[in-house]
Amino acid sequence: MDKLITIDHLTKIYTLGDFEIHALKGINLSIQRGEFLAIMGPSGSGKSTLMNILGCLDRPTKGSYLLEGEDISTLDRNSLARIRNRRIGFVFQTFNLLSRTTALENVELPMLYNSTTTKNRVEKSLRALSMVGLEGRKNHYPNQLSGGQQQRVAIARSLVNDPSIILADEPTGNLDTRTSIEVMEIFQNLNERGITIILITHEKDIAAFAKRNITFRDGRIVKDEIVDSPQIAKDALLSLPPVEDEEIV
Amino acid sequence: MRYLQIIKIAYRALKRNKMRSSLTMLGIIIGVGAVIAMVGIGQGAKKMVDDQIASLGDNLLTIFPGSHTAGGVHGGAGTVTRLTDDDAKAITQSCPAVSRISPVVRTNAQVVAGNLNWGTSIEGYSTDFVYIRSWNVSSGTFFTEQDVRGGTKVCVLGKTVVDNIFPDQDPVGQIIRIKKLPFRVIGVMSSKGQNAFGRDQDDIILVPYTTAQKKLMGVTFVNSIIASAKDRTEIDLASDQITQLLRQRHKIPAGEADDFTVRSQLDIASVAGSTSSVMTILLAAIASVSLIVGGIGIMNIMLVSVTERTREIGIRMAVGAKGNDILTQFLVESIVLSLFGGIIGILLGVISSKIISGVLNWPIYISPPAVALAFFFSGFVGIFFGFYPARKASLLDPIEALRYE
Repeated sequence: MDKLITIDHLTKIYTLGDFEIHALKGINLSIQRGEFLAIMGPSGSGKSTLMNILGCLDRPTKGSYLLEGEDISTLDRNSLARIRNRRIGFVFQTFNLLSRTTALENVELPMLYNSTTTKNRVEKSLRALSMVGLEGRKNHYPNQLSGGQQQRVAIARSLVNDPSIILADEPTGNLDTRTSIEVMEIFQNLNERGITIILITHEKDIAAFAKRNITFRDGRIVKDEIVDSPQIAKDALLSLPPVEDEEIV
Repeated sequence: MRYLQIIKIAYRALKRNKMRSSLTMLGIIIGVGAVIAMVGIGQGAKKMVDDQIASLGDNLLTIFPGSHTAGGVHGGAGTVTRLTDDDAKAITQSCPAVSRISPVVRTNAQVVAGNLNWGTSIEGYSTDFVYIRSWNVSSGTFFTEQDVRGGTKVCVLGKTVVDNIFPDQDPVGQIIRIKKLPFRVIGVMSSKGQNAFGRDQDDIILVPYTTAQKKLMGVTFVNSIIASAKDRTEIDLASDQITQLLRQRHKIPAGEADDFTVRSQLDIASVAGSTSSVMTILLAAIASVSLIVGGIGIMNIMLVSVTERTREIGIRMAVGAKGNDILTQFLVESIVLSLFGGIIGILLGVISSKIISGVLNWPIYISPPAVALAFFFSGFVGIFFGFYPARKASLLDPIEALRYE
């Protein structure tokens, strides 16, 4: 396995007036390609800060962050934007789809910011939508989709540029148990295809679907363990009681 | 391809807020419409003045005597400070660039026909008058060379005079009295209407200048001389030749000022033209204020839009939009707004100009350069007032923007 992410003594300090908030206090972490990592920890433990830095949305105060061997901590805004576009896919708790924009157009969004041709763009978007099982909903607007479907559109958007990592920040936070597990099933499928997945979650049972769990507290990693036998989402779905109410179409 | 995409995104964003977009555009529409209409009115007035000056006659030159003040200073017995008939004759003989010439003798008098009377301007000319002023009789005849030589008491009436002293009958062949002298009416001039300065050109009686000098006024000088240059290109040459000749005839030593003025049609046209140009600029300047107000409206709405769509900006940045992409998107939105508004404003301006010209009977001239200028100016307003909000959007921090509620 080759190294995807190497973090060395990563520190992030926010300054609020006279205060200094040490959000990350010298983190060391390395992540291999193809891992499925869950980051846990209470609010304010620094996991979101780490996520922002891993996602190239923010830069560390000190320390280095190598993504596929490239040092990210020294890059400018435009280079970071290019890396986000090419190598990173984001999935958010609140889905963050553009309203009044169809599912297909939402998935196309990242390709508007690189040189993908129109023909390729539509083709790749349709392929990504079918990977999350929503090819039939391509012309639906977000307000015509259920929460689970919206999150699946967001996942399709995150993987459309063939990224090295998908970063998911509490992707199941706004979903019920069944849809949460459905979303985890999609992540497990993607992970089997070799995509590295890093997800932040509060919930232990969601973290149980990942292959490795990291726990944060007060800006430090307090636990880093390999899950011996991760739960299989497909099996978990079967053990749930049957669906009672109809899915919103 | 990319630009088409950006324009599409902008168009879609504007369509999402139809009401707001159209109200924002209204500012630009009114601004551009006002500029087009005002410039149309101004240029219409200019064109009207130009046309009327051209109707005074082609290649017209007018020679005025020097001012009386100058005459007073140099005055003395025998000093020639006024133009004479001989000056006119000399010009005919020795100025090759001049084709036609007529002395002008002017007085005012009360004319009487039957029991009607009318105070009007009596003007004496030579037979060349009809060519120089390109103005002909509508009935009867103009006076002849013999009439001029003999100083016969014949006259040609202007339309206004006919209306006042011969309201119901054909004046040709009738006798009228000018300063108690009987004159035979031999013709009526065609109607010319008002001139550029608002004077009724038809309120006139034309007589041979010799008649006016000897019979009506008892003078030997002439008020002025009008002449035609051979060709439009020879107006300046003719003017120079006349100046040379008259200086020589009036014995003006080198270095001394002329005791006469030669003015060409072009001079008058340029003075009148510059007057209406000033008016056009003034009207356009007033109208531009509303265009600027429209631009501020765009800036206001774009700022609101940027705040409202902070989250969208965050999402776009997260998936890889660079600051420049966001800047372009918002800039294109405001340019699309203002150009669209500009196009509608141009249409509105043209339509309202037509209505104004129809209702007020005021000439309107919509010049293509003014339309093009209004179009590009509205685009410029979009860029100018859209830049600040767009830049603000492009500098947003993606993390903050994503967290924005």
